Amino acid sequence: MLNLTIREVSLALREGRISATELCRRCLNRIKKTQHLNAYITVTEELALKQAQEADSRLQQGVSKGPLDGIPFAVKDNFCTENIKTTCASRMLREYFPPYNATVVQKLMDQGAVLVGKTNMDEFAMGAGSTDGAYGPVRNPWGYAAPYREQTGATPDSDWVITGGSSGGSAAAVASLTSFLALGSDTGGSTRNPAALCGVVALKPTYGLLSRHGLIPLVNSMDVPGIMSRTVSDTAIVLGILQGLDVRDSTTIPAPPSLTELPEDFDVKNLRVGVPKEYHAPGLSVETQAQWCRVADMFERAGARVEQVSLPHTQFSIVCYHVLCHAEVASNMARFDGLEYGHRSEVNSSTEAMYASTRHEGFNDVVRGRILSGNYFLLKKNYQHYFVKAQKVRRLIADDFRHVFSSGVDVLLTPTTLTDAARYSDFTQEDNRTRSAQEDVFTQPANMAGLPAVSVPVALSRRGLPIGLQLIGPAVQDMKLLSVAQWIEQKVGFPSIRDYDNSRNETGVTERERTSAV
Amino acid sequence: MSAVSLGAATAYRGLLLKSARSSFDLLKSEGHFNFTRRRFLQSRVINVTRLFCSSPHNSKVPEVATWEPVPEHQLPPPTEISADLVDKLERLALVDFRTKQGLECLEKAIRFADQLHVVDTTGIEPMDSVLEDRALYLREDAVTDGNCAEKLIHLSKNTVEEYFVAPPGNISLPKREERAALLKHSEF
Repeated sequence: MLNLTIREVSLALREGRISATELCRRCLNRIKKTQHLNAYITVTEELALKQAQEADSRLQQGVSKGPLDGIPFAVKDNFCTENIKTTCASRMLREYFPPYNATVVQKLMDQGAVLVGKTNMDEFAMGAGSTDGAYGPVRNPWGYAAPYREQTGATPDSDWVITGGSSGGSAAAVASLTSFLALGSDTGGSTRNPAALCGVVALKPTYGLLSRHGLIPLVNSMDVPGIMSRTVSDTAIVLGILQGLDVRDSTTIPAPPSLTELPEDFDVKNLRVGVPKEYHAPGLSVETQAQWCRVADMFERAGARVEQVSLPHTQFSIVCYHVLCHAEVASNMARFDGLEYGHRSEVNSSTEAMYASTRHEGFNDVVRGRILSGNYFLLKKNYQHYFVKAQKVRRLIADDFRHVFSSGVDVLLTPTTLTDAARYSDFTQEDNRTRSAQEDVFTQPANMAGLPAVSVPVALSRRGLPIGLQLIGPAVQDMKLLSVAQWIEQKVGFPSIRDYDNSRNETGVTERERTSAV
Repeated sequence: MSAVSLGAATAYRGLLLKSARSSFDLLKSEGHFNFTRRRFLQSRVINVTRLFCSSPHNSKVPEVATWEPVPEHQLPPPTEISADLVDKLERLALVDFRTKQGLECLEKAIRFADQLHVVDTTGIEPMDSVLEDRALYLREDAVTDGNCAEKLIHLSKNTVEEYFVAPPGNISLPKREERAALLKHSEF
């Protein structure tokens, strides 16, 4: 049951084949069973069961609120949830209980969806591994599945692989079947990167299409809520519900008048698919490249026009992001001073001393490092040289996309990440800044230009770990982009983690916990 | 490779997985596997390689990386950061590293940013937002919510009546050395 799509499980709920309460219990049990993944910071068991009961009474009376009524979901811990702890995986907000819901969370609850928990992440979403948060690193469920174990001979305790980040907890939650959908946030690739490494679908919508109200900001001009689920059509359902103007976020734009149902048999004939040559970056793995070729071939055989295109400033996107992000972080993090909410230091000798020690105690090195360099880039003598320069390069990057799409290209096909998931022990050999620069190279440009982009899992690597490819489309054509993504999904036949659930390595654990769960 | 239908794709993957496992066995048992086994494995590997790359490499996907990181010699000379500047920034940002780590971190961040100077931006307008061409939504200028002071004040650690309480103001942050002493006691 947990392996079904939203569409399927929603039907099962409405036909009474399972109750929302039973479904919720199964998710909660599975969360317990997969605790070693460290995907959740908070599990909202009590609330979830209450919401599920309410969904059941609606379902029994035949007054379902729609396709999400009774469906369990998870939310990254940087979206505010009313009276539910929202930490951003930081000591700064360890005890923060927001008095309101983020708009996107409220919209899901208004549809009857059941919140099972808040997911783990890199502190304040700064990272590409979900390894730099106050609650410890997130582990990739595929690192415990049979293909990886058997092919690499890996041992569970030392060879586990990362989820990618920063929304690694949300990706692990969806991949390990503890929730049917999850919200992430995406500023430089934070939903697409972990989705690719965990074998799930992630949409970074057009900037402004989804409200940022209640999303604790990282870079205001690039942040978007991201949608993670196991199929493209589930993503489309959620997009249809979440998109549109929000009076609480002046940067939202109206939803385009397009269908929320994806066509079952989308025809790619004459579709113009661009392959940006700069997306063969240094470090791209042979296997990821082979998958990129494989899907390009599929398009060609189906009659699409696949052509090589150029986005000449791609390589500078991550550098540009580095400056703009640090500058906005310096400004956005100024709100955390210990006075009105969040952690407050015991140091009481002066206001300034209290501020400084609060921030010293509350932020990790990565956050403090970005605040420090952000302040450097914003110094009067550096402002033009770094900050304004980066804003100019940003325009060149956005213009690259504009040129390609105005030449008639419909979508761009690229890898999502350079390689499959790294072992934790390998990943942490480099610092956070280096990793963020390496890992976000293919995902960041879409944020720079505000374009919709979706990552779709396409295959398992030789190590038995997921590989994802990315499609990028013109602004506000999110639904068309998903139609193309669904076409890929139907052709590649990516396996479910459930297929390997009764693996030799897990049987013992599964049996024991199955017994204890009864 | 002609994995178009779902079934074919799965079969293809199954074969690939099996082969990868075999080649791993090969590595493990290095030294004492027999010749027959090796030949068997070789034929499997070749078979899989053919499956994996049987279609000619898609000509639209570049075969090798199309760019390199900007070489050091193209960058402007590295910026020297004085301890005083780090001190100033730490005071400005109200963050403290107390170690050489802060300086190193800053120097690396600046060096990385220097790559921007390779890009010619003559005549290019800076871009603040991707919504620059749009009129943003404006609502009526009327009070629609609020009245939640009570709720908000509860989030603070230290309040008196409806006020947030701050320690004594107008005292600037102490010098670097004293700051270190101050923060020594504020570790978790």
